[in-house]
Amino acid sequence: MTFVSKMKQAFAWYDEVLQFPHRAEIKRELREEDDLFHLLCFSELLGLPNPVSYYTLELYPEMIENFHEWHLRMGMEKSPLDNIRCC
Amino acid sequence: MPGIVLALIGMVVFALGYRYYSKFIAERIYRLDPNFRTPAHEFNDGVDFVPTKKSIVWAHHFTSVAGAAPILGPAIAVYWGWLPAFLWVVLGTVFAAGVHDFGSLVLSVRNKGQSIGTIAEKLIGRRAKLLFLFIILILVLMVNAVFAWVIANLFVTFPASVLSIFIQIPLALIIGIYIHRKTKSMLLPSIVALVIMYGSAVLASEIPALQIDLVQYFGGEGATFVFGMDAVSLAFLIWIGILMIYVYIASTLPVWRLLQPRDYINAQQLVIGLIILYAGLFITNPTVTAPATRTVDDVSWLPLLFITVACGAISGFHSLVSSGTSSKQLNNEKDARVVGYLGAVGEGVLALISIIAVVTLFSSANEFTAAYSSFNVANADGLTNFIMGAGVLASGLGIPEGIAQTIVAVIVISFAATTLDTAVRLMRYIISEIAAEYKAYALTKKHVATSIAVGSSALLVIMPGDDRGFGAGGYLLWPLFGTSNQLLAGIALLLITIWLRRLGRNYLVTLIPMIFLLVMTMYAMILQITTEWLFTRPDGDLLLFVLGSIIFVFAAWICIEAITLFKNEKPRRDLDV
Repeated sequence: MTFVSKMKQAFAWYDEVLQFPHRAEIKRELREEDDLFHLLCFSELLGLPNPVSYYTLELYPEMIENFHEWHLRMGMEKSPLDNIRCC
Repeated sequence: MPGIVLALIGMVVFALGYRYYSKFIAERIYRLDPNFRTPAHEFNDGVDFVPTKKSIVWAHHFTSVAGAAPILGPAIAVYWGWLPAFLWVVLGTVFAAGVHDFGSLVLSVRNKGQSIGTIAEKLIGRRAKLLFLFIILILVLMVNAVFAWVIANLFVTFPASVLSIFIQIPLALIIGIYIHRKTKSMLLPSIVALVIMYGSAVLASEIPALQIDLVQYFGGEGATFVFGMDAVSLAFLIWIGILMIYVYIASTLPVWRLLQPRDYINAQQLVIGLIILYAGLFITNPTVTAPATRTVDDVSWLPLLFITVACGAISGFHSLVSSGTSSKQLNNEKDARVVGYLGAVGEGVLALISIIAVVTLFSSANEFTAAYSSFNVANADGLTNFIMGAGVLASGLGIPEGIAQTIVAVIVISFAATTLDTAVRLMRYIISEIAAEYKAYALTKKHVATSIAVGSSALLVIMPGDDRGFGAGGYLLWPLFGTSNQLLAGIALLLITIWLRRLGRNYLVTLIPMIFLLVMTMYAMILQITTEWLFTRPDGDLLLFVLGSIIFVFAAWICIEAITLFKNEKPRRDLDV
């Protein structure tokens, strides 16, 4: 292992140590932001009119993975929405 | 005697403690099992439970527990001479703190990574959980009051440090926004932030116009300003007000925006501070000028020493860190020894340098005795003495003493601010939890709970006064902080003892420190509330009397719980072995 790669490894370790204390809380906060974003995108499915549905429809392929993770996290093994067949 | 000798003796004892005593405990008492499936593996969710390398969990444990408190306590406790403080820090770390941190970590790992509060409910009952919550509440209340006073005091004493501290806030905000949602490292931006902070500290030390010295603005010490208040009182009041507004905002903002980058920068300051101080110690080789022991006529070292030095010898706050975060991240149960025991030793190392910095500062024993003329003076000036002493040590590295003092003041204030931020946030959660227990749902709301936390802390720091005026008596609360911290450690040790007893193992290693702590805290509180704080005396203090009495009742409550539990041992509940 070269000196440079050793140093890189040491810095990565140091960085991980300093990020560690807030890691879980930040992941949770980011997840909540994502959930809110999902709600905004899928609001019509809940009966809330969505003025930008034309645009959010374009996000569908981007969001399908996240949606799948979300319903698993919420304790639903299969997709709760008939028209989204992620699994 | 050279200060290096103290450092070396301390280090050797710590090393022996880790090598032999912690090994004995790991193998014979806690019986760590490398094949045990830790909660990090069992409940791995990528968020709270993540198997993490032991070096990282250890470093996290160390940076979370090392702060301003292990510096302040020993700097006050040398009042009775260096020997009692030195022995308590070294032996307390080896036989009490290490066992406590290590034990609470193992207990939590063996109980699905649950926090000490939840384990208390499981082992003893709901009453124990409430008792636990109230003690944490009183502890964080003390922390807020004491550290708000500490920061205000350092702002008044070292006005050159103010600029750097206030520059850190926008720098942290910028880093927070820059890093958010990106996988970039915070290392480089935080180093740039540190350079800017220390650069401004150097500039402010050299250019008086950059020093934000409120006392001078109000006409200097002794000058009377508005409403008959003198300049120092007013400066304290304004700083405490500003700090309270700051902590309110900091504890309600999302954590990534301000707290994470600030903690990141501050953790680096801990590393820098320790390196500078120990390197400075070995280069300057100062002589210990303070007396080894000293007879004083105001307060006896027994039992006050054991509550003056809480963090640095043993601290209940560590059990919250052990069971709150560290236990959920442990990759292998065997790592608990390194994380828990060595984490406590890390804090002992910080407390040790605090003692050395103070006892080598003065040119003679007489000068030391004059600076530590009474226990109240020691409480008020302990931290300032540490900063002066640390400045002398740092000057060994070629840093001019004035600049070194400003930088050390910046480091200590940053630690205190981190503690304050965390404690206010913690207090908010506890108020919500207690309110939910009693179905007072209005109090569980973020802004309501934070307002109560900040409001009560501000009141507590401003209320006790001494002859120096309004707000300047916040240090009077320090013994109460130490006591509540020791009580928390007492509960954690009680839980570990019950656990060991139910498993049929030798529980003396936790029972003895527990009894010692409870006896010392109760003795200290009885002594204080019947003498110094007794409100019927002309110089007594009703507030301290009430707080001291509450803490005494809590301590007695824990003792009764412990005795009843030991007498009527119930069959094992759903405890893992």
